[in-house]
Amino acid sequence: MERIPILKMGEYLLVTIQVDMHDRLAMSLQDDLTSRIVSARAKGVLIDISALEMVDSFIGRMFGDIAAMSRVLDAETVVVGMRPAVAITLVELGLSLPGVRTALNIERGMELLRGLIGARGLDDAGSA
Amino acid sequence: MAPDSIASLNDILQKDEGTLLQGWVDNQVNATAFRPDRTSRQELMDYSRRFLTLMREAVKAGEQDIMSPAWAGVRQMLDDLSVARAQQGFSPSETATFIFSLKEPLFDRLQRALGQSEGVSRLWLTNLLLDRLGLYTTEVFQRGREQLIIRQQQELMELSTPVVTLWDGVLALPLIGTLDSARTQVVMENLLQRIVDSGAAIAIIDITGVPTVDTVTAQHLLKTVAAARLMGADCIISGIRPQIAQTIVHLGVELGTVVTKATLADAFAIALKRLGLVVQKASTAPRRRDDDGADARAAGERGEG
Repeated sequence: MERIPILKMGEYLLVTIQVDMHDRLAMSLQDDLTSRIVSARAKGVLIDISALEMVDSFIGRMFGDIAAMSRVLDAETVVVGMRPAVAITLVELGLSLPGVRTALNIERGMELLRGLIGARGLDDAGSA
Repeated sequence: MAPDSIASLNDILQKDEGTLLQGWVDNQVNATAFRPDRTSRQELMDYSRRFLTLMREAVKAGEQDIMSPAWAGVRQMLDDLSVARAQQGFSPSETATFIFSLKEPLFDRLQRALGQSEGVSRLWLTNLLLDRLGLYTTEVFQRGREQLIIRQQQELMELSTPVVTLWDGVLALPLIGTLDSARTQVVMENLLQRIVDSGAAIAIIDITGVPTVDTVTAQHLLKTVAAARLMGADCIISGIRPQIAQTIVHLGVELGTVVTKATLADAFAIALKRLGLVVQKASTAPRRRDDDGADARAAGERGEG
């Protein structure tokens, strides 16, 4: 069965979705990602969906779920590279994904993640 | 058309105008193409009388080419009629019925005046003449409609929404005119595509030119903002007039976390600040004090946000 690769880069995980998502693939991605966040003790997850051309409400909700799950596991999620057509579809489906952070491309997304985790590191240090 | 044929047509138009007019208008009113909602018997009567008068003049001149100067009056009158009907929403055949329904009463008269034998050929010629006039109305009708379409296209072009680059990484979308769903779609697609192309991080949607903001318009704006955010660009809504601010609150429209500013300038200032840019005066001497003022204002804005 095909799987979506999850790459580890330091304390970040990089997920690049390059095939059309179907429901089973989405579910296995959720499983893999959550266990990988725990095993790699990742602080940030970057999901690149620039190759994704189609979404339905299930996949849309999955992004929100993944972000929420990562947050519970103490990792920040940034979704990058969403295509205009996909963004319009999601909005028309009523899924504006309020809990998901977004960026235009990988570079910006990485910047955003570093900023988020840097700020959090300071907060942790302050409270400790 | 043979000279004697035109002469007999002339005879009938001179002598029988009253009954001809009556029969013609009856025909128009009874035709399937009659539109009681768009025109009245009285109006038809006026048009028909004017037409018969003008046609009599033209026929009296003995000219049979309807594009010749003798027919200029008739053509002018048909121009007015056809363009008016195009704008009222008549169909071409409804418009052409004006001419074609004259055939029956006129042929009737011709037949009676000429007798059966030689009547047929002359009838045919008159028939051709009337058909040509009818076709002419159709042609002008189409032209009138084309003008309407061209004007509407121009209006649409004027309403189309350009996405302008204010600064490297800052886009502005000045909206002018009412925002309906079809237009929102176009606006959204334009904006998102430009965000991808330019890699802009901030988009300012200026609604100074939007006449009213109701719940639907607000919904459309929020959709655009949400879609831009999904792509990773922040939106600022600017150009909110006092009345619109009141309407938004009275309607209970929830703008949520969207940043709103009264003017495009304010929105631009915020955008520059987010990019870490500062606007400074070029001159040196009085600059320090101005800078302090700007800093104080900036601090105030920060506190407010």
